Amino acid sequence: MTFLSYLINGISLGSVYAIIALGYTMVYGIAKMLNFAHGDVIMVGAYISFCTTSYLGLSPLVSVLLAIVVCTVLGIGIERLAYKPLRQAPALAVLITAIGVSYFLQNAALLIWGSSSKTFSSVVGDWSVKLFDGQLTITGVTIVTVLACVIIMVALTLFTTKTKMGTAMRAVSEDKGAAQLMGISVNGTISLTFAIGSGLAAIAGVLLCSAYPMLMPTTGSMPGIKAFTAAVFGGIGSIPGAMIGGILLGIIEIFAKAYISTQLSDAVVFAVLIVVLLVKPDGLLGKHKSEKV
Amino acid sequence: MAMLTVENLNVYYGMIHALKDVSFHVDQGEIVALIGANGAGKTTTLHTVSGMLPAKSGSVQFEGREIVKTPGHQIVKLGMSHVPEGRRVFSELTVYENLKMGAYTRRDKAEIAQTLEMVYERFPRLKERTRQLAGTLSGGEQQMLAMGRALMAHPKILLMDEPSMGLSPLFVGEIFKIIEEVNKQGVTVLLVEQNAKKALSIAHRAYVLETGKIVQEGKASDLLNDESIKKAYLGE
Repeated sequence: MTFLSYLINGISLGSVYAIIALGYTMVYGIAKMLNFAHGDVIMVGAYISFCTTSYLGLSPLVSVLLAIVVCTVLGIGIERLAYKPLRQAPALAVLITAIGVSYFLQNAALLIWGSSSKTFSSVVGDWSVKLFDGQLTITGVTIVTVLACVIIMVALTLFTTKTKMGTAMRAVSEDKGAAQLMGISVNGTISLTFAIGSGLAAIAGVLLCSAYPMLMPTTGSMPGIKAFTAAVFGGIGSIPGAMIGGILLGIIEIFAKAYISTQLSDAVVFAVLIVVLLVKPDGLLGKHKSEKV
Repeated sequence: MAMLTVENLNVYYGMIHALKDVSFHVDQGEIVALIGANGAGKTTTLHTVSGMLPAKSGSVQFEGREIVKTPGHQIVKLGMSHVPEGRRVFSELTVYENLKMGAYTRRDKAEIAQTLEMVYERFPRLKERTRQLAGTLSGGEQQMLAMGRALMAHPKILLMDEPSMGLSPLFVGEIFKIIEEVNKQGVTVLLVEQNAKKALSIAHRAYVLETGKIVQEGKASDLLNDESIKKAYLGE
């Protein structure tokens, strides 16, 4: 029974990683850049939800919606101000800028909300479901997190495969020049990708802090790095890859904590990543792209 | 009246002066060929006209409207479609999705469906492979898809870049026949082609580019019989 409970916790944590990883992977797929500030957008989302419920007394659902709106705008803004001017710059310049934006967000949060951690109260409430005569308890946060992850996955898959805008997004991801010849605005598509990724980051932030209620300016950085790992693990650029990578990573982390060592759990997680990349350099679902001659 | 007028176009790649005061025009209903050796600036010219490359100076007028500064993605809407060199179909998208992307700027669903039928009629092979990923098509089929995709925008002028590249002689013949047919139905064509003989055989007029400059122009039939052209480009 404890095994089952660990597994469920793993899937739940993994679902949060998966939602964050989607932001990394979509931005990478379209803009071909690693947005290392993505993790910190999660933190901003959580703070917005925290402030609007604690100080303004808004309902949790409204606070989540507000967090999504703020993060979406923030994501578009970051892209416009920090990354767009570097469209023609070498990848390294963009990467360093992303790290700079990450520090900027963390320090801005430090300035606004201070360094002491806030206790985030779960947006889902405090209910739970008991199974097997009370031997197994599944918290409401766990259920909502997994559900949210499934819904997001289905919605994103439908969006990218069935809608004109989603198809255009795939076209841009493959060949920006040819997409432009179709009349697709490449800049518009990149903005849309950042908007979606950042909106999802807000959801992830709120769910993460509902399960692990300590909120600080650095709250987003470790989950951000792990979700990035998950995206690479699953095959960066691939939406199903991000989902599978995220969930697997969550399960591995919880099992490592439970059966190996709490201190070493992160080391185990990254060791798994290294092994996977040695065997499959493009990740689990990544496609091997041969260089054109 | 000229549909497309290019005047004194100058384009640089960094320090390299790729196009030097290039001027030419394409009249409504014509097939105009740009011929020249590798690196003469043919593709650069097309890319600048369709807004993929910025010009340093000069003008590109399409139906009397200056478009040299218009963003690339807004040019399709004006009625100009560009079939790029190397086809560049979206290999991860199906044939159908590729064609849909060709009609990206159009809104009227009924009209799009009508154009799709026309494209399928012209390229029956595409209809057979509508659910197939474009990356799995042969080179000739991809060229047809690239043309079909461009026609989905319902263009007034079609810019074609090296349509014969990498194709078997059989497909080359078919592609050129289709270009002529499309032209007869009222679509103006600006054709860039290394296979000068083939290009001159279907074009009305042609311009010869040499290291970024137009060095000769005339009726295609005259150029076909021109001694210097024969020597330099027709291998005779």
